[in-house]
Amino acid sequence: MIEVDMMKKVQVREQDPKVRATNFDEVCLGYNEEEAMAESTRCLNCKNPKCVEGCPVSINIPGFIQKVKSGEFKEAADIIAESSALPAICGRVCPQESQCEGKCIRGIKGESVSIGKLERFTADWAREHGIKPEVKAEKKGKKVAVIGSGPSGLTCAGDLAKMGYDVTIFEALHKAGGVLVYGIPEFRLPKDAVVQPEIENVKALGVKIETDVVIGKSVTIDELLEEEGFDAVFVGSGAGLPKFMGIPGEQALGVFSANEFLTRNNLMKAYRDDYDTPIARGKKVVVVGGGNVAMDAARTALRLGAEVHVVYRRSEAELPARVEEVHHAKEEGIIFDLLQNPVEILEDDKGWVKGIRIIKMELGEPDESGRRRPVEVPGSEYEIECDTVIMSLGTSPNPLISSTTKGLEINRRKCIVADEASGATSKSGVYAGGDAVTGAATVILAMGAGKAAAKGIDEFLSK
Amino acid sequence: MFKIIKAEKLAENIYSMIIEAPRIAKSCEPGQFVIVRADEEAERIPLTICDYDRSAGTVTIVTQVVGASSLKIVGLKTGDCLADITGPLGRPSDFIDEDIEEVKKRNYLFVAGGLGAAPVYPQVKWMKEHGVSFDVIVGTKTKDTLIMEREMEEVAGDHLFITTDDGSYKRHGMVTVVMEDLIKEGRKYDVCVAIGPMIMMKFAAKTSLSNGIPTIVSMNPIMVDGTGMCGACRLVVGDEVKFACVDGPEFDASKVDFDGAMKRMALYKTEEGRAFLKEKEGLTHKGNCGNC
Repeated sequence: MIEVDMMKKVQVREQDPKVRATNFDEVCLGYNEEEAMAESTRCLNCKNPKCVEGCPVSINIPGFIQKVKSGEFKEAADIIAESSALPAICGRVCPQESQCEGKCIRGIKGESVSIGKLERFTADWAREHGIKPEVKAEKKGKKVAVIGSGPSGLTCAGDLAKMGYDVTIFEALHKAGGVLVYGIPEFRLPKDAVVQPEIENVKALGVKIETDVVIGKSVTIDELLEEEGFDAVFVGSGAGLPKFMGIPGEQALGVFSANEFLTRNNLMKAYRDDYDTPIARGKKVVVVGGGNVAMDAARTALRLGAEVHVVYRRSEAELPARVEEVHHAKEEGIIFDLLQNPVEILEDDKGWVKGIRIIKMELGEPDESGRRRPVEVPGSEYEIECDTVIMSLGTSPNPLISSTTKGLEINRRKCIVADEASGATSKSGVYAGGDAVTGAATVILAMGAGKAAAKGIDEFLSK
Repeated sequence: MFKIIKAEKLAENIYSMIIEAPRIAKSCEPGQFVIVRADEEAERIPLTICDYDRSAGTVTIVTQVVGASSLKIVGLKTGDCLADITGPLGRPSDFIDEDIEEVKKRNYLFVAGGLGAAPVYPQVKWMKEHGVSFDVIVGTKTKDTLIMEREMEEVAGDHLFITTDDGSYKRHGMVTVVMEDLIKEGRKYDVCVAIGPMIMMKFAAKTSLSNGIPTIVSMNPIMVDGTGMCGACRLVVGDEVKFACVDGPEFDASKVDFDGAMKRMALYKTEEGRAFLKEKEGLTHKGNCGNC
């Protein structure tokens, strides 16, 4: 029996930091049955569960945890499946600390219930025991096109299929999954073991996936509606073009966007000998930025054998990355150079990166984001040697869809304008959600938007 | 999977393939490209669309062997399948969206270097079909490396000028020599489109620009996704950073930083550069990146 301290989470097993820094296997090993049942006893089963309010897809959290407690794991999985098509993914990559777990009553005096790890356990158990989602809905005889097979697209497609719609997902890349496949690394989200089976589950609901189709190029939204017989379209095309700093030396060889670096490694599997795609395996790598993508890039570079510095212009408190990711990165040996900002990338005579010039920063008055604005400290510039620089500064929207779809309104930041509650855009029959609407955000927010849009599309097509 | 209707060798290490890809065939225009992946382990390689048949639902691609992934592509035979072909990517050539009456008033000079004959071909074919006047110069190292002579001749007739660097066939000399000759003959051009190796485009553009002819070049930097996600194909055009995959591949030559773009290509294409890359990429260097 595991003795449970009601104030503390049952510890989850992880790969030793020294070992995992040299491999791409998953960091967190998850709960086993005994640990999951022990942790579930900490849930107060609140009458008015705050955790559910904190969940963008409103999973009946106390409901599934009670089933875990009594060892009814299939029933627990069924309860989660009512709200989420991708629980094994969410259990791994959701920022639970600021969502469900952030609202948990247990968390007021002690540590919140480990909802994310319990979700992950339940989803993994269901997969390992061959449990597939069931479709019961009658066919509606209406076709919906979903653009992009990332978290918002998969969720929207799954929900619509469950309602009886004939759904086709169009994916630009050769593999379905979007950011789950090209962006988030294997050590945080295993591709073959976790992502692929969840995509298969969505397909088991009757969803068709056509890869290698770039909407706006191979075919336009107007053509899908007018020529291919689709009754509605959901746009979940993701965030888009990587941003750069605009500093001297940024065109040097050895400067990559985090998107390129991660795509080479994750989608194209450059870290494996049996794949053709190469990747720069730096000796000393500087990652610029402090978000989850920066952490993923830094930890990937580390696993490829580099000494890695994360350079971020604000302080640790402002790091946009999840606390767990920062903690894992530090454990693995990533060096954080905080309150510092690059001003120039230095090149050698062959044009390859040889170093980076950095200026120190201090925090001034709060800016419009509410965070204290970093201000340069005059005369504090210094240089560090490095051979690779990875820019992880976020993205700006891809114009492929907005520029080829008549009557689709975009905002000042060039994101698609969509109603939060229904996903409806300015064009009738066209719905949107996820990063294409919000700019780069999280997997679960994209899923929430996909869910809302499925409801919106159902209402539109039921009229 | 995409079926190869016909695979054919054009010259040493250069192969043409007709691929069944109805979505691409329906929507592609001159100036655009595709990304091809031979099999599960292969790289994604950008290739130009050399021809298309909308009613048959096919596109023709031309591949030059430069590494393992392109070797995999040309190893495929008629009846085999490519794992993936995606597109059409990039923006069509400017004239596609311009007022055809305006385009008809112009005289175009197309300059193709080596493999550049492949992407130039659909452009001259379009010109012919739309009754626009043009001359086309096709330059290559030697007689044996010349591709698509018959196809070019069919659409260009007397307006085709073939030249070899070594003088082994037709005219003798670089494309820039022929450009100067034609201009000296008194031929007037309103637009020059130069496509080929970076160094050839640099000097072709220098020649046409110095003769006051606005010039377009097609850039072919390294790409991964080709849809505006990874940023690998970024270039400096004017003072701006542009992505060849969504903003290009064709750009105003007077604004392109050829030396900057060549710096990167050179690294992948020279013996010294490859050794350097091997060191930089360590165990993950495959030595066959398609750009080596």
